[in-house]
Amino acid sequence: MSIDPSLLMNAVAAGILLGGFYAAVALGLSITFGQLDVVNIAHPAFIVAGSYLVFALNGGFGLDPVLAGIILMPVFFVVGVLVYRVYYAAFERTGRESLAGLAFFFGLMFIIEVLFILAYGVDYRLVETDYIGKQIEIGLLGIPWRMLVPFCAAVVMTGGVYLFLSKTFLGRAILAVSQDRLALQLMGADPIKIKQIAFGLGIATAALAGALLIMIGPVEPTIGRLYIGRIFAIVVLGGMGSIPGTLIAAIILGLAESLVATYIGPSWAPTVAFGILLLTLAFRPSGLLGRQA
Amino acid sequence: MKISPFWIITVLILIGGYLFAEWAENQFLFFAGYVVLQSLIMAVAWNILGGFTGYVNFGSAGFFAVGAYTAIALHQFLEAPLIVLIIIAGVVCGLIGLGTGYLTLRLRGVYFAIATLAMAIVFESLITNWEYVGGSTGAYVITPTEVAFFDSYIEMLFVLMLFLALVSVAVSRYLSISRIGQGLAAIRDDETAAECMGVPTLRLKLISTTVMGAMMGVCGAPFPFFVTYINPLSAFDLLIAVNSIAMPMIGGTAVWFGPVIGALLLGTIQQIITVTVSSELNILIVGVVLVLFVALAPRGIVGLVQDVMKKRRGK
Amino acid sequence: MTGRVLEVTDLTKRFGGFVALDTVNLHVNENERFGLIGPNGSGKTTMINCVSGALFNNEGTVVFEGEDITRMPAFKRAQLGIARSFQIPKPFKSMSVLENLRVPLEYAAWGRTGHRHIDEQAMEILELIGFADRAHDNSAGLTQVDMRKLELARALAAKPKLLVSDEAMAGLSSAEVDEILDILFKLNERGVAVIMIEHIMRAVMRFCERIVVLDAGKKIAEGLPDEIVRNPDVERAYLGE
Repeated sequence: MSIDPSLLMNAVAAGILLGGFYAAVALGLSITFGQLDVVNIAHPAFIVAGSYLVFALNGGFGLDPVLAGIILMPVFFVVGVLVYRVYYAAFERTGRESLAGLAFFFGLMFIIEVLFILAYGVDYRLVETDYIGKQIEIGLLGIPWRMLVPFCAAVVMTGGVYLFLSKTFLGRAILAVSQDRLALQLMGADPIKIKQIAFGLGIATAALAGALLIMIGPVEPTIGRLYIGRIFAIVVLGGMGSIPGTLIAAIILGLAESLVATYIGPSWAPTVAFGILLLTLAFRPSGLLGRQA
Repeated sequence: MKISPFWIITVLILIGGYLFAEWAENQFLFFAGYVVLQSLIMAVAWNILGGFTGYVNFGSAGFFAVGAYTAIALHQFLEAPLIVLIIIAGVVCGLIGLGTGYLTLRLRGVYFAIATLAMAIVFESLITNWEYVGGSTGAYVITPTEVAFFDSYIEMLFVLMLFLALVSVAVSRYLSISRIGQGLAAIRDDETAAECMGVPTLRLKLISTTVMGAMMGVCGAPFPFFVTYINPLSAFDLLIAVNSIAMPMIGGTAVWFGPVIGALLLGTIQQIITVTVSSELNILIVGVVLVLFVALAPRGIVGLVQDVMKKRRGK
Repeated sequence: MTGRVLEVTDLTKRFGGFVALDTVNLHVNENERFGLIGPNGSGKTTMINCVSGALFNNEGTVVFEGEDITRMPAFKRAQLGIARSFQIPKPFKSMSVLENLRVPLEYAAWGRTGHRHIDEQAMEILELIGFADRAHDNSAGLTQVDMRKLELARALAAKPKLLVSDEAMAGLSSAEVDEILDILFKLNERGVAVIMIEHIMRAVMRFCERIVVLDAGKKIAEGLPDEIVRNPDVERAYLGE
């Protein structure tokens, strides 16, 4: 079998771009699940909520989707803080977060999905801008704008979160919540407040991720469920809360999916994440750049 | 020999169900009854792992759909009778439960939950790509118009489902009141302590996942014959996954009759809402009720009733 | 050789590059009251984890009543007759005190004692340690000292030949320490060998017949309580240079 170089090159390029986008999708979970140990399986539902609100802002005011996503981030931050408060009061404080907490987020996921089904129906929605649909040609390589813009936005957001966590006092306090309780106490920070802020930050990333999701392709209310396996695979492979690990793992998954889609068939792409997840769990549960479990 | 009242009641319910089927004229009752019983089996199955053992399975719909599609494949391949299809579907799904459990149960419980969720998605892709069973376009099943001892096929399916539901409840009850149940509860409360008290935790967890999987597979096998047209979308219906978690949570997860109460109550309400309002609203209500119950009444209806009774006795 | 219930030979346990236990030898005689002491981080808890099966050692062997159990999972060791209590009590919270005792009776002790009268056996144990009046209380609501008693009662219900008591007295008042000590003496009178891991030296000195001292993963002393107290190496390990 001969390999067509342009096909391979395009598949690799598409994979890297897709992977960057996956990093944006998984980033919030990397904070909430990876660092705070809150199993927020509703995270993709928040992303889809972001997509629909961006859709509304784009359709109503003609806002650029990326800009709309950024505008929504503070709103999502507040929502995240509120969700964490409820979660804390009902589950974490009483020490029964594992089973009941999972069910809580599962229920939340369905509520969000159905609200958008009721509001917008089950049809696919998409956003319009000047650049979506166009692409850059570099030799044999064709890079569509609708992939390039999300990739860049995702990398910037991931870098920003990384800098925030590693360089600021608040960021280091968030890292301390998950890794070093004693250090946190010495810093004089209230772990619950820190966790609230961290959870808010995690949900805030969903706003922009939602904007990117609806740029890449049309969105329907339950599309988030396709991302649950993916984002958990990324977070686990990336080493539970490591931001650089999340980016690397996301690009690995993007590449793997793109190559599978090109050479085996697009309908098999969703299974790739599951394969990666199971292999990671079986052979290297601490992930690529993992803190010890 | 002493026969426990449970078995007498079980046999009476089965006979009652058959007589009811013979007597009732309204076909809708059979359809609605079938759906309620189906979710009852799923809830009971989920609770064996989720309620007794403390491991959450988000992939209920996956097991259910694999059961349904095993039945379709064998039906096309062998034209085997329904009862054989049900047994084989149970075996296949039991093995899948065992395999998933073996791969993930050594790790923290949350990984098991995520793996089951991802697994359902993989099975959906597999079946969507499998042309033999209809792929994404789906498959039709032609059911016989006449069956022995029953007036119609749906009537037979209803009684069959009643029988399967009673078997499931009996199995679940046995697991919960036997020595195994004591071991499962110990695992749920504290796995390390359980192991040190001589409980073979891995083996019991694997029994638990296997029984759960098999029960869900058995539940899915008659589904294609009930709907006569099946596609991946209907087999992997989101409502199946959410119901099988919500019903035990609402009824009460710690005891065997919790999911039964939850399923009968929620299932009946759902049938009424679906008919009178809409099925989206139906899911919304399930979601809201689930969230309210896990947050405010963690021990479900059973827990609420127990609390009320304790207060009464206190006075 | 007069009945050694436990024989640990050249046991080494590493965590990554860190050597938690370095070729440690120790044994416990039948029905002995044995003390395992050492400063924090000296490897005591790692040792009992290797004995009870919660961890597997990298090198060396663990022999229980003449049987090599080095690779045996924890639940099988419990079934053979090794029971432990936990430093931080781990009750089965959804169960009553009595039900907590049913678990080891139905699993750990199942093959060795009668299958009948589980509840009677449980009550008998509770009476022995003076805990019978709490039998039907919910285990999640117990006080600290009662949690410790439950830990020991549950370990006793496993019908052990060897009981590992991991800091069963930490944080208790002097009177409560005496209560726990009474229970341990009663267990010992019934023929159970006890490994006591404890920081409260008064309790160790009163209870133990023989003591092994660990420091930084190595055995630095072994002997009668009086000898240990006067051992300069032990003093150095506890107080520093």
